[in-house]
Amino acid sequence: MGNDDGAPAPEHDPRLARFDALIDADERIEPTDWMPDRYRDTLVRQIAQHAHSEIIGMQPEGNWLTRAPSLRRKAILTAKVQDEAGHGLYLYGAAETLGTPRDELLDRLHTGRQKYSSIFNYATLTWADVGAIGWLVDGAAIMNQVPLCRCSYGPYARAMVRVCKEESFHQRQGFQIMLELSTGTDGQRAMAQDALDRWWWPSIMMFGPPDAESVHGDQNMRWGIKRFGNDELRQKFIDATVPQADLLGLTIPDPDLRFDEETGHYVHGPIDWDHFWDVIKGNGPASRERISTRVAAHVEGAWVREAATAYAAKQTARVGTEHGGAAA
Amino acid sequence: MTGSTADWPLWEVFVRSRRGVSHVHAGTVHAPDAELALQNARDLFTRRSEGISIWVVRSSDVTASDPDDREAFFDPAADKTFRHPTDFELPDDVANM
Ligand SMILES: [Fe+2]
Ligand SMILES: [Fe+2]
Repeated sequence: MGNDDGAPAPEHDPRLARFDALIDADERIEPTDWMPDRYRDTLVRQIAQHAHSEIIGMQPEGNWLTRAPSLRRKAILTAKVQDEAGHGLYLYGAAETLGTPRDELLDRLHTGRQKYSSIFNYATLTWADVGAIGWLVDGAAIMNQVPLCRCSYGPYARAMVRVCKEESFHQRQGFQIMLELSTGTDGQRAMAQDALDRWWWPSIMMFGPPDAESVHGDQNMRWGIKRFGNDELRQKFIDATVPQADLLGLTIPDPDLRFDEETGHYVHGPIDWDHFWDVIKGNGPASRERISTRVAAHVEGAWVREAATAYAAKQTARVGTEHGGAAA
Repeated sequence: MTGSTADWPLWEVFVRSRRGVSHVHAGTVHAPDAELALQNARDLFTRRSEGISIWVVRSSDVTASDPDDREAFFDPAADKTFRHPTDFELPDDVANM
């Protein structure tokens, strides 16, 4: 695509040399800069899938908005879900700077051509799940997102700075729910443990497959899109989270989990990657429901968008006649 | 699908965070008109009192310098180092300058 304008062979293209020099100098690439098609395509896919994850991520928690146990918790959860919508919009905005319109990106989500994080294909069965999501899922998201604030693509990095500023409240409110439950009645404590049992493994799978099996890892490192390997980030998350679970008095559902004095890291048991791939393929407990809910929301909101468009057209027409009248 | 927003213009959003500082670019929103662009920008970029004033400008109304002309365009400033105070070496005992 980039070469049909009679440009020299890719390896001798001076534009590529300049792009590589910017990357090597750890400078940011901006929308108007020339960039290799594969860099652009990789970013559109990654940023769009990230955006899709944010807006699909509103659903599992959205299920609890009307059932939150107090007015304060309802207000907190509403604010969090609104933030996730905002994160989606920051990210769609960043993806659009690469030349793919927003309608097209949403269409790719609605038709299943693009994926979102598999973590959102699990159902939220109890109020403790809202706590576990904030603590573990937002916690894992923070680990993944902080390095993206230094991503080589400027608009993505800037969007991530905004997102990261807002995430830490998400994790704290979740941990606090877990704290309240784990210091509550026996029933509440059991509810907290049950949520941890169900969310632990999906959360540590959020970092993606082991680096040895990850397909695009090296190139994305080279391009400064990725800064750390999946295993490294997963390890950081586990090291940070296990002591928090201890503090809650809850047990992480991994019988092989142990602290290695020599390395100073926790060692975890084997991860069921077959299950992970199965969920990615759309066989998660709530996969079909997520997309159909999203499409229904889009279809049911059509009249609002149509009304806004019609109103804007009417206002423009009115201004047009007023100006016409003044000239006559 | 109905209710397409494909024709909605893109707006650049600038936010003034507090008195005494300039409006700074925050990002973009889609909206059919300026009024909705302002409201969308308010909801998107100032959920935590990050602003006391917002500007929205149609992206298509922004005239930008050409990135390919960058060197020629900004070059005239490059050799005028005397515009910087550091270009003037002064004796050590000159104070307050
Ligand atoms: Fe988020
Ligand atoms: Fe979040």
